[in-house]
Amino acid sequence: MSKFKKKSESSQDIPTAALPDIIFMLLFFFMVSTVLRETEIKVEQRIPRAEQLVKLEKKKLVTYLYIGKPKDSSFGNEPVVQANDVFIGVDGVVKWVNEEKAKLSEVERDQITISMKVDEETKMGIIVDVQTELREANARKIMYATPQKVKDN
Amino acid sequence: MARSKDKGSQEVNAGSMADIAFLLLIFFLVTTQIATNKGLTLLLPPKQEDDEPIEIKQQQRNIFKIQVNSADRLLVEDEPLDDISQIRDMVYDFVLNFGNPGDVKKGSAKVSERDTYNSLPASMKSYITRNLGSSDSSDGPASAIVSLKADRGSSYDIFIQILDELNAAYNKIYGERVGISDEEFRKLNRNDPRQKEMYDRARSGIPKAISIAEPTTQGG
Repeated sequence: MSKFKKKSESSQDIPTAALPDIIFMLLFFFMVSTVLRETEIKVEQRIPRAEQLVKLEKKKLVTYLYIGKPKDSSFGNEPVVQANDVFIGVDGVVKWVNEEKAKLSEVERDQITISMKVDEETKMGIIVDVQTELREANARKIMYATPQKVKDN
Repeated sequence: MARSKDKGSQEVNAGSMADIAFLLLIFFLVTTQIATNKGLTLLLPPKQEDDEPIEIKQQQRNIFKIQVNSADRLLVEDEPLDDISQIRDMVYDFVLNFGNPGDVKKGSAKVSERDTYNSLPASMKSYITRNLGSSDSSDGPASAIVSLKADRGSSYDIFIQILDELNAAYNKIYGERVGISDEEFRKLNRNDPRQKEMYDRARSGIPKAISIAEPTTQGG
């Protein structure tokens, strides 16, 4: 009798020896999946939400363009275009696209996708101007990056 | 006596290992931004040439016009509209109207509008014969064009909302055609041959013709 009792008592505490391993596994997952932001965004980014999102297949072909009011008010209150780490004017878009295209291999150059992250208070004027420039630069695939809208019903 | 004590302390104390790992884990959890590569895609028209041929006049009935003014008010098919969510059903009906489906084979897939109609599932066909087929709306999905014209002063927010509705309408059509919901259609993985086949089947003969027209400059 006492023998059985002892056995059940000894197995009461959970073995925690494997705990560090589990935590390490989680840690490695996050370390691998983390992409540290390479550019500092200098424009306001409150992006309107949408429902019908499509996921892009090839991440390598995507380059980002940020449009919005500058966070630093010394640059004025009008929306500006940011690419990489600098503000570029609308007329600098073609040059920037060509620089980005040069980074890709030759066969992929025409498939470049421009992901536009636009603040919701931006007016359509500047967006249309940028699109005209993108057409000029022959970067026709664009995407309006938006977060997923949460269904309210 | 002292010796045995020494022996006991030779093992590295691994008890705090989990805590250290936890700390690191929380750091990465907080700083991680899982890259969002999601959004609404759009294909721009090729760049304008100076010697552009004279614009081909599209039949008015084949164009679904949406206009937005600088006060974010909508004019859909020349009538004011307040509720953006109605656009979805209007576009759905417009694209699937089949008022006068042609037999000319168009596009890379070489399917005529009549073939497209015949490939639709029975539920959609009966919906079309019952409610649609008006001679004032589009001839068929291959000729239907949705034109979105925003003023320079209208907000990006409303533009995205409308574009979202247009995509919703098309995704609903594509999804219904192959018997899945619009959400399932959007999540089809095009790297998987079976799902790719489904995707192509849904889209053949029904191009997503969303045209972003040059904006007006007047505020009105």
